Amino acid sequence: MKRLDYPFKKEDVKDLKVGDMVLISGKMYTGRDAVHHRIHTGTKPPIDLTNQIIYHCGPVVLEHKDGSFEVTAAGPTTSIREEPYQWEVMRDYGIIGVIGKGGMGPKTLKGCQDYGCVYMHAIGGAAQVLAERIKSVDNVYWRDLGSPEAIWELTVEDFPVVITMDSHGNSLHKEIDEISNKKLQELL
Amino acid sequence: MAKKKKATKKFTKSKPENTDKNLHDSILELLRITSTVLPDDIQEVVLDALHREQKDTSAQYAMQIIDKNIKLAETKSQPICQDTGTIVIKVYHPPGFFQLKFRKICEKAVVKATKLGYLRQNSVDSLTGKNDTMNVGNGHPQFHFIEHKKKGIDIKCMLKGGGCENVGAQYALPNTPLEAGRDLAGVRKVILDAIQKAQGRGCGPGTLGVCIGGDRGTGHIHAKDQLLRLMTDTNPIKELDDLEKDIVKTANKLGIGPMGFGGKTTLLGCKISHLNRLPASYYVSISYMCWAFRRQGVSLKTNNTISKWLY
Ligand code: SF4
Repeated sequence: MKRLDYPFKKEDVKDLKVGDMVLISGKMYTGRDAVHHRIHTGTKPPIDLTNQIIYHCGPVVLEHKDGSFEVTAAGPTTSIREEPYQWEVMRDYGIIGVIGKGGMGPKTLKGCQDYGCVYMHAIGGAAQVLAERIKSVDNVYWRDLGSPEAIWELTVEDFPVVITMDSHGNSLHKEIDEISNKKLQELL
Repeated sequence: MAKKKKATKKFTKSKPENTDKNLHDSILELLRITSTVLPDDIQEVVLDALHREQKDTSAQYAMQIIDKNIKLAETKSQPICQDTGTIVIKVYHPPGFFQLKFRKICEKAVVKATKLGYLRQNSVDSLTGKNDTMNVGNGHPQFHFIEHKKKGIDIKCMLKGGGCENVGAQYALPNTPLEAGRDLAGVRKVILDAIQKAQGRGCGPGTLGVCIGGDRGTGHIHAKDQLLRLMTDTNPIKELDDLEKDIVKTANKLGIGPMGFGGKTTLLGCKISHLNRLPASYYVSISYMCWAFRRQGVSLKTNNTISKWLY
């Protein structure tokens, strides 16, 4: 088991390889379709994303009477929808990686290689375990996009992920697809 | 005289039992349990999968987190997954049943369950993109009414996730690229192809419901109905039973594994049935259910309180 602790550094990312199980502690920002689309069409992100992590997640957030927030469910959403935009965010804003589920395609893989990023796979559907690892909701940006689409600034502790695309050009998704396809041809 | 009086009093007292309210409460409880507790037969195969995976692999890690998540959801009475999915309601009722009234009461229970957080706001208007916020709208929840010979009512509920629905498939045989003909050997090929194509994207390890035949519509509905069968049951048709077992065994040799991380468990189960088809068509419809296999059912007493849980 490896660890990734805040403040994150680009050097940490280099050591992460496909198949590594990692516990993340520190900050992450949620961002899914609407956020990526808005950035893609030219709006600057409202926060400095240098050395930060974007989490593909539409959390369920409770707002308490005192104005504080609580995340009650926070599983990953399917990442492939951000495939057209993700590499640009890697290029322009210096993130160290993204968390999601289902993996991403060749554009993102190349982005990871060119800009030193990783794709981290959270466990799809594990809403309760993941929500438990979120220790606080520190801020929210672009709330006009609607609660699940807004940028939520979260502090997490021991947030479990598996590296499935690394900064060295390896993709577990590509690998497993090829192996299983070969195996399938044998078994048909 | 006094006795009689007492009797009428008793009668008027018992009359106000509100069976509609009972029905509402029973459905609400059914929704809560479906969303927060995985049925025993599913938990068992998930545990088997966890034990099967090799130590210190990402596959084992994924299954451990899944297992922990299932337990946590149950103790906290919170949704197992944040994607509530499509709320599928199957009602098995005697002749002369009022479907419209049932619908209304059920919709109320769905609204309540959403307000209480057992269900997430999960229903979106396909034209405007607006969230209906209470899971009630065109086609939501999804109702199916089936008349049976029994006196009472049985209700089954399934929460069918979106991620896994996206990797479902329908093949028209013959399929030339796969060299799949119109026989069980061809059916086997397309099912395995669908599993390979799905990879981990349907939040595997998954379970398949399959229908051979029917048309494009009934095929998918019947495929999904197979997911209501108990994991442990045996298909009464020998050839299909053999095929179900063969699919699970073969799929687990593909090495896709939990979440597509690679590993020993790609599929937890496979349930296959058939419908008649037209001479001109031969469909194989495949419904993929994620590990968060949420289905439950109840039998109701005549006063609409729950008499028995079905899974
Ligand atoms: S596919 Fe299933 S487990 Fe995955 S997010 Fe959807 S409902 Fe949840």
